[in-house]
Amino acid sequence: MSLLMAILIGFLYAVSIYLLLRRSIVKLVIGILFLSYATNLMLFFTGGLTETSPAFTDIASTSEVVTASDPLPQALILTALVIGFGVAAFSMVLIYRFYKESGTVDLDELSEIEKS
Amino acid sequence: MFFLPILIPLISIVLLIAFRSRLKFQQGLSILSVFIQLFAAVSILLKLSENGHLVAQSGGWPAPFGITFVADYTSAILLLAVSLVAIGSIIYSIGFVDFDRQKNGLFLLYQGLLAGVNGALLTGDIFNLYVWFEVMVISSFVLITLGSEKTQLRASVKYLVMNLVGSMLFVAAIGLLYSQLGTLNMADIAYKLRLQPVPPLVNSAIMLFFVAFGIKAAVFPFFFWLPASYPTPPIAITAFFGATLTKVGVYVMLRFYSLFAQLDVTFWQPVIFTVAALTMIFGVLMAASSYDIRKILSFHIVSQIGYILMGIGLFSVAGLAGAILFIVHNMFSKTATFMAGGLIYLYKGSYDLKKLGWIYKTKPLLAFLFLIPALSLAGIPPTPGFFGKFLLLYAGFDGAHYTITIVALGVSILTLFSMVKIWNEAMWKPEENSVDLVVKKIQPAAWTGTIIVVALTLLLGLTIGYTYDYLADAARQLLDPSLYIKAVLPEQP
Repeated sequence: MSLLMAILIGFLYAVSIYLLLRRSIVKLVIGILFLSYATNLMLFFTGGLTETSPAFTDIASTSEVVTASDPLPQALILTALVIGFGVAAFSMVLIYRFYKESGTVDLDELSEIEKS
Repeated sequence: MFFLPILIPLISIVLLIAFRSRLKFQQGLSILSVFIQLFAAVSILLKLSENGHLVAQSGGWPAPFGITFVADYTSAILLLAVSLVAIGSIIYSIGFVDFDRQKNGLFLLYQGLLAGVNGALLTGDIFNLYVWFEVMVISSFVLITLGSEKTQLRASVKYLVMNLVGSMLFVAAIGLLYSQLGTLNMADIAYKLRLQPVPPLVNSAIMLFFVAFGIKAAVFPFFFWLPASYPTPPIAITAFFGATLTKVGVYVMLRFYSLFAQLDVTFWQPVIFTVAALTMIFGVLMAASSYDIRKILSFHIVSQIGYILMGIGLFSVAGLAGAILFIVHNMFSKTATFMAGGLIYLYKGSYDLKKLGWIYKTKPLLAFLFLIPALSLAGIPPTPGFFGKFLLLYAGFDGAHYTITIVALGVSILTLFSMVKIWNEAMWKPEENSVDLVVKKIQPAAWTGTIIVVALTLLLGLTIGYTYDYLADAARQLLDPSLYIKAVLPEQP
């Protein structure tokens, strides 16, 4: 399971870097989204993949040793998700304004305009 | 008292949102707010002389479980410097930035930026550090696009993407470190790293941190976003950026080097020196080949970051004191040169050196205001730039790191060259074809702001005998991270 997740995260990183290197600014923003997904997923699995162990256990009520899964990464990922959401919203507004002002979504075309 | 530097900007943001339509109120409140932050920073610095470290646990959870806030001399000195430069910047912005931008949340975003900076300086928890960085970076995203001019939008795309990639690498590094050590508290991480053996993934996490903060601090080879984006917003905003964003990035490098990376010094010292040397050289060469005041000064930010990195790599009392002095001196001198550049723009209507001239003859005060911080950047006594360079070069020769020291010497000559270039072209050159003047009257607030920051630069240089004691204390604390660990985790042996 962890191997599968590692491959998935690596694949997401690859997709995001591919998209970040594209000329189109729309794909750039999608690349940013994928980058934050990959990172969040990685953050999520840093607590380790444990099956059937709850995040909170009532230690007082039971005498046997209980294994609990680490709740901290879930708290971290919530914070990171909210921040990522805000940034994604901002970058979408930004590319919209960018398109309105310069009339193109192609970064190469833009640098040619800048030169001339 | 301890949380004031973070709480005051946050409270100011709420008040500024509530009174959005009243510009005079906004201006007054912003100035009041930075003065209270100054007061808080001074009181933290004074309290440190009793304890050495100030530690506060938010929510009352004991240290490695809750979020810890720690102040030592380094963070207190930088807090003080940030609030001082913020006073100058905000007064300058009142006189420089157009009313549209001022009404659309300029002061609000300044306070957001300050909240992020102060939080990042005080926090002792790496995930919390990420949150403060985001507070700071998101405020700067909006500041850099404020006004939505064409050039600003283009530049902000580069700025946004590079900073987001940096942030994501930062989070990935936090994840890796957490999975290896199971803690987020900086002191606890440092403590666990000192127990043998160190897990193998830790060094890759620290490398990711280095790249992430390398992007934020604009070191070689990640600096290209800075000169592409900094010159586009109004120069008052650029001046404030130059004093805060990259400096906090490099502060975190300093802190992380002291706590974590220093353990593997045979690997990290050459890396830091190489990056420092290349940062200095590329920054100054590109500055020397530019003809736009804003571009030259932006490239200089990059070049000066190289010096700070060099001080971090030297890791001795003189080297670290020099690095901290360099951060503070850059906050003052760089901001002051940007402000003086802005006044030149108001007076002549251009940033292009080829179109400028004769300012020394027609506006001697303006020329003088530019001269002091420019000499400081080049490193001429009695300005703080001289003392910073002196400390770094002394530490370099003392530690027998000759290559980096000689590079630093050569780069400082080139720095002097590009400062002299601005001086010759803008101040001394007879004006050939006078530009069609779009002269706006320079507001008294813009003069005041510039004079404040220039005075701070001079003051830092003249009182160096007194301030050096504090800098040396800060350096000694960084040299011995066990003090930091013991202050945060008193129970650990």
